[in-house]
Amino acid sequence: MIWVDTIAQGILLGGLYALFASGLSLVFGIMRLVNLAHGDLIVMGAYLILVLVTLLGISPFLAVFIAMPLMFALGWLLQRYLLNRTLGDDILPPLLVTFGLSIALQNALLEGFSADSQRLPTSALTTASVNVGPITLGIMPLLTFGSAVLVIVALNQLFYRTELGRAFRATSDDATTASLMGIKPANIFATATGIAMVIVTIAALYLGLRANFDPNIGPARLIYAFEAVIIGGLGSLWGTLLGGIIIGVAQTVGAAINPEWQILAGHIAFLVVLLVRPRGLFPRAHD
Amino acid sequence: MAYTVTTQTPASRIATILGAITIVVLISLPFFAGRGTIQDMFFILTMLVLAQLWNLLAGYGGLVSIGQQAFVGMGAYAMFGAVILLGFDPVPSILLAGVVALMIAVPTAFFAFRLNGAYFAIGTWVIAEVVRLLVAQWKTLGGGTGTSLPREATSDMWFVAGIEKLLDVRSAAARDILAYWLALALALVTIGGIYWLLRTRRGLALAAVRDNSEAAQSVGVDAVRMKWLVFLTSAFGTGLAGGLIYMQKARISPDAAFSVTDWTAYVIFIVVIGGIGTIEGPIVGVLVFFTLQTLLADFGSWYLMTLGVLAIVIMLVAPRGLWGLLSERTGLHLFPIRRRLTGGKLKPEER
Amino acid sequence: MALLQTHGLVARYGDFQALFGVDIMLNEAETIAIIGANGAGKTTLMRSIAGVLRNDAASVLLDGKPIGTRPAEEIMSQGVAMVPEGRKLFPSLSVEENLLIGTYGRKIGGHWTLETVYDLFPILRERRHSPGTALSGGQQQMVAIGRALMSNPRVLLCDEISLGLAPVVIKDIYKAIPQIKAAGASLIIVEQDIAQAIAVADRVYCMMEGRVTLSGTPDTLSRDDIHNAYFGAGH
Repeated sequence: MIWVDTIAQGILLGGLYALFASGLSLVFGIMRLVNLAHGDLIVMGAYLILVLVTLLGISPFLAVFIAMPLMFALGWLLQRYLLNRTLGDDILPPLLVTFGLSIALQNALLEGFSADSQRLPTSALTTASVNVGPITLGIMPLLTFGSAVLVIVALNQLFYRTELGRAFRATSDDATTASLMGIKPANIFATATGIAMVIVTIAALYLGLRANFDPNIGPARLIYAFEAVIIGGLGSLWGTLLGGIIIGVAQTVGAAINPEWQILAGHIAFLVVLLVRPRGLFPRAHD
Repeated sequence: MAYTVTTQTPASRIATILGAITIVVLISLPFFAGRGTIQDMFFILTMLVLAQLWNLLAGYGGLVSIGQQAFVGMGAYAMFGAVILLGFDPVPSILLAGVVALMIAVPTAFFAFRLNGAYFAIGTWVIAEVVRLLVAQWKTLGGGTGTSLPREATSDMWFVAGIEKLLDVRSAAARDILAYWLALALALVTIGGIYWLLRTRRGLALAAVRDNSEAAQSVGVDAVRMKWLVFLTSAFGTGLAGGLIYMQKARISPDAAFSVTDWTAYVIFIVVIGGIGTIEGPIVGVLVFFTLQTLLADFGSWYLMTLGVLAIVIMLVAPRGLWGLLSERTGLHLFPIRRRLTGGKLKPEER
Repeated sequence: MALLQTHGLVARYGDFQALFGVDIMLNEAETIAIIGANGAGKTTLMRSIAGVLRNDAASVLLDGKPIGTRPAEEIMSQGVAMVPEGRKLFPSLSVEENLLIGTYGRKIGGHWTLETVYDLFPILRERRHSPGTALSGGQQQMVAIGRALMSNPRVLLCDEISLGLAPVVIKDIYKAIPQIKAAGASLIIVEQDIAQAIAVADRVYCMMEGRVTLSGTPDTLSRDDIHNAYFGAGH
């Protein structure tokens, strides 16, 4: 029975990784940009929520709604005035600029908040759990997973049911022709990164509620996110959720065998998928 | 009248003479410089080796790796393993460090080459993490907390007694001098080797692969083989550097030996600031990097933040780095790679 | 005042100069044809007008106002829509989505809606949920034209709409032109297929090597004039 429990915990943990990954997947899908600062932006989001909670004395669940527009604006500006300038055929500029950003951001957070670990204040709700048959599920992990599903449903609706989503797909296909439709690619890219930052903020909320965080944990979140995206197949959001679940289950199962193997088991699962399905589980038809 | 195809420029001839003088000065440095200088120079030279090799990967091969710490760390641990478990002397163990790094580079490339472009970067990083986590499980080498080289191994190291006598220094200083000379040799071989590689037919093919992989394939350049060649060469050299760096440190832990900041971030910044895609760039970069570190090291995270911002600015404003700016203005090439036509006539009607 | 005008339009790709001072003029409710051999600069001219290539401000005038430096999305929103060479449908979008995206930068009421475009090209109604790129070449061309019409443009730029299509398909597509004119758009048609273009045009410009070498109404231009302008005198 312990295994059922372990796997259930792993699936729920996968929701967190899918949240980490959705923003990365969105940005890559639209402008082929891999943002190496993605993990650090999640950590920054957690600090932003923490600051709002501390300053305004409100619940993190309320603070996240103030943080979202701020992060959207930040993402918009970042893309519009910095990252757009790196887009092109050469892969070096975006990689090296976002890597520089990652290091700069980590150290800015270190300077501002020190290396001490922090945690968002938890309430009774966040430590509660429910019994589902023989297994006990925490409310927090359930909320995380539910949010991940909601985010993916919302993104799919946005992509396939709205005019903005059409513009995203058209610009991703062919930015020049898109501009003949009256679409401004630079703004579309900025909006996409803004939306990715809103998802980052949601991910940051759960990151900060579930465990301690400090300025140095960003790169590891980037790696989990990246693994989930690759396992799922580039551009498939439900694939990304499945990728997150695979990493999550591998980690909890690994940890159940030997606590030191938790992280390693996740990476190994990723490498195994890369070995047997190099294009991921749900590859995009054209690309 | 005959044409001569040459890669030499007048500046490069002067550079050859200046270079020879520099090498002589560097070799004889321990005869007149203090231990602090030797240690600084050791740091500069090893970072230069790592930077040249990363530049070979990214600047010439188009392979942006963020996982070079895998080879530094693996090389370092191989060296420690050979000394502690097999009782080897540390100096020859450095060669083993290169070989072991090469051995793990094969599966690394096998996985990472399945990922395209930008995802290759994170893929190498994941594999470096895997290697770090596996090494941390290696209890005989200290597990997660690490270990030191045994005192008897460091005190009886090859050449140390000779250097003590030759320069009349104590054992610890002699070890630093030995490490320095080895680092100098490694740096010269690395620069010379990369320069040689780039001037061969293969090197020209490499430039073709970087500029346009598909076009290069259509004229018969095997892009995949070139990628493997560059990746394995770079891993071997990086492993040697890792072994050497940790021979000098004599103390190792997985977090330090597999540090992405120390062995990849700094290296990327050196290359980007100096100028990616040139041999001169990393040399300029490492000097700027060392100066900045000396000036700003006390400011801790401000220092790294400055480096990160500087790298962003350079990438946007002057993507060919400081050396690129200089050579654009002056036409200076110390390591000319382009073949130039001299002598003869080249009028339009003769084409 | 002309609806759209180019004045001394010059275009370069790096060191290569593609246009050497081109002057053309399009009046309200007029259709002009621009003909010329491959490499004459026709597509470059269209891309310059549409804002894909930037020019000097005063070298392109819309309603007499300089628009040469404006980006494509802005020119489109002022009522200049383009059917690009090679059709350029968005592969990620269905036929209907390809049509709908045509209104992204310009939403004004007018004759053209999804329904009227489907009436113009009935086959598209049947294939509305297929991916745009799953269609035949002729059907894709219909989507590309419909997509441009959806914004109810004042000026419709048609770049090589017959390229690579079978004659019977070309005929079908050109059957739509009178209806498009009747709905109020002025057209610039770039063609290598001279006969098709001249049949629908009020005036014709011939281009060669980046210059306009001949212009006039179809009935005043003889076959020899056009032949000479097309291939250069002496052929």
